[in-house]
Amino acid sequence: MAASDTKTLAASSRVARSEGTGGSGRGLWAGILRQRLAVIGLVIVGFFALVALFGPIVAPSGPTEQFSEYRLQGPSSEFWFGNDEFGRDVFSRLLYGARISFQVGVIAVGISALIGVVIGLVAGYFGGWVDNIASLLMDVLYSFPTILLAIAIMAMLGNSLANVMIAIGIVNAPTFMRVIRGAVLSVRRTTYVEAAISVGGSTSRVMWKHVLPNVTAPLIVHASLNFAYAVLAEASLAYLGLGNRPPSPSWGSMVSSSYGFLQLAPWAAIFPGVAIALTVLGFNLLGDGLRDALDPRLRNEHG
Amino acid sequence: MFKFIINRVLLMIPILLGVSLVTFIIVRSIPGDPVRVLIGFDQRATPEQIENIRRAYGLDQPLPVQYLRWMGHVIQGDLGSSLRTTRPLTTELGLRLPVTAELTILAAIIGSVPAIVLGVAAALKRNTRFDWLTTAFTMVGISVPNFLLATVLVLIFSFRLKWLPPVGYTPFTEDPLQNLKTMILPAISLALPFMAVLMRFTRSSVLEVVGQDYVRVARAKGLPQRRVLLRHILPNAGIPILTIAGIQVAALLGGTVIVEQIFGLPGVGRYIYEAIANRDYPVVQSVVLVMATIFVLVSLIVDVLYAFLDPRLRTR
Repeated sequence: MAASDTKTLAASSRVARSEGTGGSGRGLWAGILRQRLAVIGLVIVGFFALVALFGPIVAPSGPTEQFSEYRLQGPSSEFWFGNDEFGRDVFSRLLYGARISFQVGVIAVGISALIGVVIGLVAGYFGGWVDNIASLLMDVLYSFPTILLAIAIMAMLGNSLANVMIAIGIVNAPTFMRVIRGAVLSVRRTTYVEAAISVGGSTSRVMWKHVLPNVTAPLIVHASLNFAYAVLAEASLAYLGLGNRPPSPSWGSMVSSSYGFLQLAPWAAIFPGVAIALTVLGFNLLGDGLRDALDPRLRNEHG
Repeated sequence: MFKFIINRVLLMIPILLGVSLVTFIIVRSIPGDPVRVLIGFDQRATPEQIENIRRAYGLDQPLPVQYLRWMGHVIQGDLGSSLRTTRPLTTELGLRLPVTAELTILAAIIGSVPAIVLGVAAALKRNTRFDWLTTAFTMVGISVPNFLLATVLVLIFSFRLKWLPPVGYTPFTEDPLQNLKTMILPAISLALPFMAVLMRFTRSSVLEVVGQDYVRVARAKGLPQRRVLLRHILPNAGIPILTIAGIQVAALLGGTVIVEQIFGLPGVGRYIYEAIANRDYPVVQSVVLVMATIFVLVSLIVDVLYAFLDPRLRTR
């Protein structure tokens, strides 16, 4: 069991490294492109990133601009996705909202990854009581329903966009820690790490130069799947009125603020909801594809 | 096995202590004076009165003392009382837990039956169009936020078809049929991601067993497919499926916060959300602790069940 895990990991990190050094990323890309669903994911994620970058530039109107005579109007040639209860252009608001989702996703995943990698690396490398304490801490955080913990942290830090990122980052950190710790545990037992230690490599050097590069594969996979999680969590918090309150064009708060007008103008609530679902789906599909591409054992299974 | 269970129970103690400590720290770091909440906007309160209230709730004590006091009460089954209504929390929870429990159990049933049936079918018909469709469905299922599903369901079943109410709650004891009518949409909204995760896991878990030698032997000696499935595949694939189902049921608790809010159900999820908005410290503190404890207990029960069901662990 342990042996086969190490093997899988070593093989998968080899793929990741060949991609990382910029030479031939063909192994990874070919692996992703072989799967129909992953390709769809890649396209969605690419499109989403483009919208987040350029959406506000191409948006026909401002995110809070009100066209009061078009209040609750259905989709038209002028306003593609219709207008909401204030007459604002749903399409333009969606374009602006993409940037918020993207921003929260990147930073929240960054925070989770930072916490998870540092603690997971230290816990897995040193083992013993360090590992016990770190694992206990993560088990404790893991015992809270995630949305509940995020809401509580938001209450503590205050209601702002930056704190949404921090709250989601903290809440998702334990899963990163588990993934990294597990990967480090098996890399730690390999002969090249033993060799690096025995020739007198300092602890920090061994961790940085030999252990960390070999856990990048699971890290990349987990980060992609976690991005989906972060976008979903931001939308849920915004839906509850945390972080991005109206009139901010956060997709989650667009759904909740238009919910009251659902009967009259379903488009104002449904379109942002679908945007959230599509984005999350894209990252889930991509993450899955990455996992299959980076893990040869699974690749054969799909073959 | 007995030793395993004891170990598992003992491991729960530091986790629960940690949970209570984290909860306490978070709640006490929430800015704002709880006494101000208590007296509301009554500006006539004199400093002495405020001081008296502070003393009555033990808020004048140092934080470690407050923590130990709280834990002492909790262990005796006293969760404290709400600052707003001054009713004891055990009473409040007694009214609200059944709502959340019903919602969660209903969602678990609605989710797990199709998840297991379709998951097994997908694994047995691997690489067919049906399998591909199930996979696509699970990916969509884990990606759709439950508030979007709730919105669509309300739009269709409440506003267009007018079959079910969009909001409101009727206790089961009052009118069972009306109760189910108010619960079915929230339960479905809550169940979708649960169903998707479970279906996906069922598929992969059955696939793993199907590749094992003993299944090949069972097929080779000419057992009918039904028998191979019921006697050899399902019992072996079932144990890990049960574990994931347990963990996921616990995860449903988090989803209740949003779903209860949308459908106006007077459950624990909505209660805690309101308590945070109102800065009702004792409520937040104790209810978060209760939710996390339920989560930890469910995973304990699942682990113990696992030990009972898996003969390899049973003999140990």
